Amino acid sequence: MMAEYEINARGLQCPGPIVKLFNQSKLAQPGDVIKIEVTDHGFTKDVVAWCKKSGWELVDMQEENNVIRATLRKN
Amino acid sequence: MNQSNKKTIIMFSGELDKAMAGLIIANGAAAMGDEVTMFFTFWGLNVLRKPEKITVKKGLLEAMFGWMMPRGVNKLGLSKMNFGGAGATMMKKIMRDKKVNSLQELIDQALALGVKMVVCTMSMDVMGLHKEELIDGLEYAGVATYLGEADEAGVNLFI
Repeated sequence: MMAEYEINARGLQCPGPIVKLFNQSKLAQPGDVIKIEVTDHGFTKDVVAWCKKSGWELVDMQEENNVIRATLRKN
Repeated sequence: MNQSNKKTIIMFSGELDKAMAGLIIANGAAAMGDEVTMFFTFWGLNVLRKPEKITVKKGLLEAMFGWMMPRGVNKLGLSKMNFGGAGATMMKKIMRDKKVNSLQELIDQALALGVKMVVCTMSMDVMGLHKEELIDGLEYAGVATYLGEADEAGVNLFI
């Protein structure tokens, strides 16, 4: 069973969103998905760097009304 | 490419803004999965002081240093535009309004993420600060420990 986690990191400033992401990622198994919502604009670049470093796949990222929604999958 | 997963940060300064910069990088690095060691030396020790007054037996000069230096995260000034503490108060208000983590929160979070905080024992001795006056969760060591860690680190900062 693949698990899907949702993180609301709205309103958090750097490094809050990636810290939340990291803490959740530690509980994930390969194939699991994390969906995260962030309002800190630096996150669009940060999440790419985080994925590169941690080996997660950035499946999707969209921005709407100043909210960034990213979907990540653990490889 | 051989990438090191270790970071070392020397925390030399005792100002709010500089301490925040160091702690934000430390938290970020830990969130990237890195092993982070922070070495606190000289004025950086004031960041780790407990806010309350701790009674420890001290010589006159040691005691004077203790009185004159800021006691903990809430007493730190800014490195620029401090205006006798008014600048730091304003900065803290702005950061609260914008939901930036406080320095205390950043320290707690860093320790929870496994960031190692090592205190220079020589600096403690020079500045007359005792273990009882510093927060819990710290390690105590000297320059060789720092150098050993820095040798293995891919990034080393002096703040």
